[in-house]
Amino acid sequence: MASAGRIGPVAIPETPSTPRRIEPVAGVPLIFELSSEGRRATDLSPRAAGERRGAEIIGVELCREDLPGFPELSEPQVIRHFLRLSQLNFAQALQFYPLGSCTMKYNPVVNDELAALQGLAGLHPATPAHLAQGALELIARMEAALAEITGMDAVSLHPAAGAQGELTGLLMVRAYHRKRGEVRHKVIIPDTSHGTNPASCTLAGFEVIVAKSNRRGYLEASEVRRLVSDDVAAMMVTNPNTLGIFEPEIQDIAAALHDRGAMLYLDGANMNALFGVAKPGHMGADIVQLNLHKSFSTPHGGGGPGAGPVAVKKHLEPFLPLPRLKHSGAGYEFDTERPDSIGRMRSFHNNFGMIVRAYAYILALGGDGLGMASRLAILGANYLRKRLQPHFPSATGEPSMHECVLSHDLEKRAHVSTLEIAKRLLDFGIHPPTIYFPLVVPGALMIEPTETESKEILDSFVDAMERIYDEALNDPERIKNAPQTLPVSRVDEAGAARHPLLRWEKKA
Amino acid sequence: MRFMPHTENDVAAMLETVGAKHLDDLIAHVPANLRARATINLDLGCSEADVVREISALAARNTGASGFLSFLGAGYYRHYVPAAVRAVIGRAEFATSYTPYQAEASQGTTQAIFEFQTLITQLTAMEVANASMYDGASAAAEAVLMARRLMPTRPVVALSRALWPEYRATIRTYLSALDGLEIVEVPFDDATGATDLSALDRIANDRLLCVVTGYPNALGIIEPLGAIAQMTHRAGALAISVTAEGIALGLLRAPGELGVDIAVGEGQSFGLPLQFGGPGVGFMAARLTHLRQMPGRLVGQTRDRDSRRAFCLTLSTREQHIRRERATSNICTNHSLCALAATVYLSLMGRIGLRELAERNVELAHQAAAVLEAAGIRRRFSGPFFNEFALKLANPLAALEAAERKQILAGVALGGDYPELSHALLVSVTEMNRGDEFSRLAAAIAEVR
Repeated sequence: MASAGRIGPVAIPETPSTPRRIEPVAGVPLIFELSSEGRRATDLSPRAAGERRGAEIIGVELCREDLPGFPELSEPQVIRHFLRLSQLNFAQALQFYPLGSCTMKYNPVVNDELAALQGLAGLHPATPAHLAQGALELIARMEAALAEITGMDAVSLHPAAGAQGELTGLLMVRAYHRKRGEVRHKVIIPDTSHGTNPASCTLAGFEVIVAKSNRRGYLEASEVRRLVSDDVAAMMVTNPNTLGIFEPEIQDIAAALHDRGAMLYLDGANMNALFGVAKPGHMGADIVQLNLHKSFSTPHGGGGPGAGPVAVKKHLEPFLPLPRLKHSGAGYEFDTERPDSIGRMRSFHNNFGMIVRAYAYILALGGDGLGMASRLAILGANYLRKRLQPHFPSATGEPSMHECVLSHDLEKRAHVSTLEIAKRLLDFGIHPPTIYFPLVVPGALMIEPTETESKEILDSFVDAMERIYDEALNDPERIKNAPQTLPVSRVDEAGAARHPLLRWEKKA
Repeated sequence: MRFMPHTENDVAAMLETVGAKHLDDLIAHVPANLRARATINLDLGCSEADVVREISALAARNTGASGFLSFLGAGYYRHYVPAAVRAVIGRAEFATSYTPYQAEASQGTTQAIFEFQTLITQLTAMEVANASMYDGASAAAEAVLMARRLMPTRPVVALSRALWPEYRATIRTYLSALDGLEIVEVPFDDATGATDLSALDRIANDRLLCVVTGYPNALGIIEPLGAIAQMTHRAGALAISVTAEGIALGLLRAPGELGVDIAVGEGQSFGLPLQFGGPGVGFMAARLTHLRQMPGRLVGQTRDRDSRRAFCLTLSTREQHIRRERATSNICTNHSLCALAATVYLSLMGRIGLRELAERNVELAHQAAAVLEAAGIRRRFSGPFFNEFALKLANPLAALEAAERKQILAGVALGGDYPELSHALLVSVTEMNRGDEFSRLAAAIAEVR
C-alpha cells in the first residue's frame, strides 16, 4: 500500500499532571476540553497605575459578566492542539488530491510570503490612495492580466468567491436589460452545471430553465435556440463543462443567445483547461467569473478564502460592482461615482491577499507558462482516462480537457458503490475524486489531476484504482469497511443530520 | 515551469499512451478559430527571485503601511496578530486542503470548524453558528435574506443609518433583484449617535421584517441593542445585530443576551491582517429554531463506525450542491482558513485575555478622547463608545492632511458617506496605539481645527 503522504497516527489525548475528568474519546480533544480555569496564552503590557478598567468606564450595565466555556490554555497547548488537528487532514501538499472541478494544483509557497509583506499585509483599506499606490497598481495589473487571459474588456476583482462572482454577473445582466427598458425573467442552465449556478439565479431573481446536454455530453445550439426567448436574460455555461468536455458549439450558442438579446455568462470554474487554448471573450461570452483558488493557485484553505473576479465585455463595463479602480494624473484611486453600477457585494475592495498570490503566480508562469499549464493538465486527465479505461470507462466518448468523468460497473457486479471506492482510496493515501457529480452520470468519478502532479503519481493512482477494482470483486468487505488507516473509520453522516450537534456545550 | 514536474520523457510517454504526437493534438477538437487567437500576451514567466523582487517593489510603494501612527478603523481594525496564528494557518495541511467533503480525511478541518462554531455561539450567546461567510457585509446581507425566508410575507427591511455604509450598500445590492421588499433607513440620534428609537417605533408594525443594527455602530457608539430588539419583537419582527469590531464582543453584553435573533459580523479583528481589506471572515449565529434557514456550511459532531467521536459537514440539504435553485444561499467556498485563524486567535486570547484586551481598547480609546478634549477637540456624539469615536472638526479633510504631514493617519472623514457629518472624523484606537501617541494626534489636528 502506498505510504507516501500518510497522515500521522491518531493523536493521544494529553494527560495532565493533575487528575481531571476527560470524556473517553479517541482523537484530539476539543480545545474547550483542554481548558483549565485561570490559564492564559496571552499577556498585555501592564495598565497604567490608577487607570480605571474598561468595564467601569463604559458602565458595567453595558458589559457581559463572563465568557462561559471560552478556552483557557497556554500558548504551547494551543499550538499543540492545532498542529495535532492539522495532522488529521489530507491536503494537496501531502497527497494526490484529484478532486474534480476544484483544481487542486500546487500552491507556490512563496506566494504566502509575499502576501505577508508588511507593505501588503499591514495596509489598512482606508489608507489614502496616494499612500497605497503599490497595492492599487497591483490591482490594476491584475485586472489587465485577467482581461488578456480571458479575452475580455474589463475586470473587477471585487467578488469574494466564485459563487459571489456568479451573483455579481447575474445582477449585471439584470441591470443591463433594465437599462434598456427590458425585464427578463429567465436564465438557461445546462443539466451538467454546478449547483451554485441555479442558486445564484434564484438570488438574482431569475427563474431557471434547464437545458439538456445531448447523449454525447455537450450542449447543442439547437437546444439553446429552442429554449431562448425574449424573456431569457442569459445562459450560464461552464466551459469545459462538468464532464470535462469543451463545448464544441459554444460560439453558435453565443450567437443563438445574442440573436434574442440574451447574454452568455461563462462560468470560469474550469479555466484551468483554457489558458492559451481558447479565450472566453472569443467564444462570445459577455461575462466570465474566475476562481482564483482554482486556476490561479491560491490556497483552498479547507474551503476558502477564494476570490471571484468578473471579466466583462465593453457593454457591461458600466454595471461592474463598486468600487472601480481608475487612473488619473495623480495615480490610481477608487471610483464610487458610477450611476449604472450594481453596487457593492462586500466591504472594502476585494480579497486582496488572494489577488497578490494569484498575481505572483501569473508572473511566475507568464503567458507561455500558463499555456503549458493547461496543456499538461489536459495531458494528465487524458492519460488517466486512457489508463483507467479498462475498468473505469469514460462517461463520454468526447475528448477530455483538464478533467475526466468516469463510471464503473462495480455497483452491478459487486454491490460496491462509488462512495465506497472513494473511501477505499483514502487507505491508499489518495484523496478521492469528486463523486456523484455531474448528476447526469450515475455513480460518477470526476477526476482532475492538474498539471502539478507527476507521471509517477498518476501511475500510482491508476494502480490504486485497479487494485480497488480487483478487491471489489474478490474481497468486497475490505472496501465496505474502508477507510481502515485513518484517524476515524467511516463517519456516520446520516446520524449527524438526524441529531444535529453543532457546538460544544459545557457540562452542567 | 518549476511547478510542473513533467520531463520530456514523461510527456512523450504520456502522449504515446493517449495516442497523440504533440500536446496540441489534445486540443485539436477545440475550434480552430479560437485556438488561433488564444495566445496570452503577457511577459514570459520568471524566476522566484524575480517574482519576489517585483512584488516587493510594489509593496514598498505602499508607504501608508508602515511608519505612520495610525488611527484608521471604520470597519477594519488594527490588532496585534500573535505569531501562533500565522504558524497554524500557514500549515499546508490546513491551507492546501479543500471543503471537507470526505469527512474521514478532514477531521482537522471539521473539528476546527466545530470549534469555530462553538466560539461564535459563546461570543454572541446564540445557539447555532455556521462555518463562516465571506465578510461582515455579505453576512449582514445573508442575514436579511434568512429573515425573509423565515417571514416571507413581511416587506420592510429596516437598516439603521448608523450601520456601516458599505454594509448597507451590500444589503441593497443583495436585495436589489428580489421583489416585494422595501428598505427603510432608521435615522440615528444627532446627539447620541445611536439609532433613533422613536423613529424605529414609528415603523415597528406588522409590515416590518427585520431591523439591522451595528453593535457597536459605524459612529463608534454602543447601541441600546436590548431596547431595539424589544421594540423589534413587539412588532413581531427579527432583530439582526452586526458587529464589525469583534473584540467588542469580549466585553459588551452579548447580542443573544439582549434578544437578538441573528447575530452577524466581521471576524477580521480575530487574528487576520489588514491586507488592504480582505480576506476577512464573516460570522453568523442564530437561534436553533431558525437553523434550517441558515445559509452556509455547518459542521456537526457524530460518531464513526467504531463509536469514536467524529465531525462532518451536515444539514447540507440546505445547500446549493444539493438543493440547487431552492438552496438557502449560493455560498460554496467560504472563508474557512480565516475562520481557522479566528479560532486560533480566540483560543489564545481565551476567557480572560479577550476581555482584558477589550477593556484595554476601551481604556486607550477613552484616554485618547480625553487627551483630545483637553486640547479642545470634542467628540461629535455623546453615546457610549467602545474603541472608536467621532470627533467634531471644522474641516476634517484639512485635519487629515495636517496629520499626515506629521506621519499620522488620523482617521476616516465621515462626510463622504454621511453628508450630514461633514464635520466629523472617525478615530479608532486599539491596543496597537500607545498612550503617548494621543497628544501627538491632538497637536496635529488642533492646528487646523
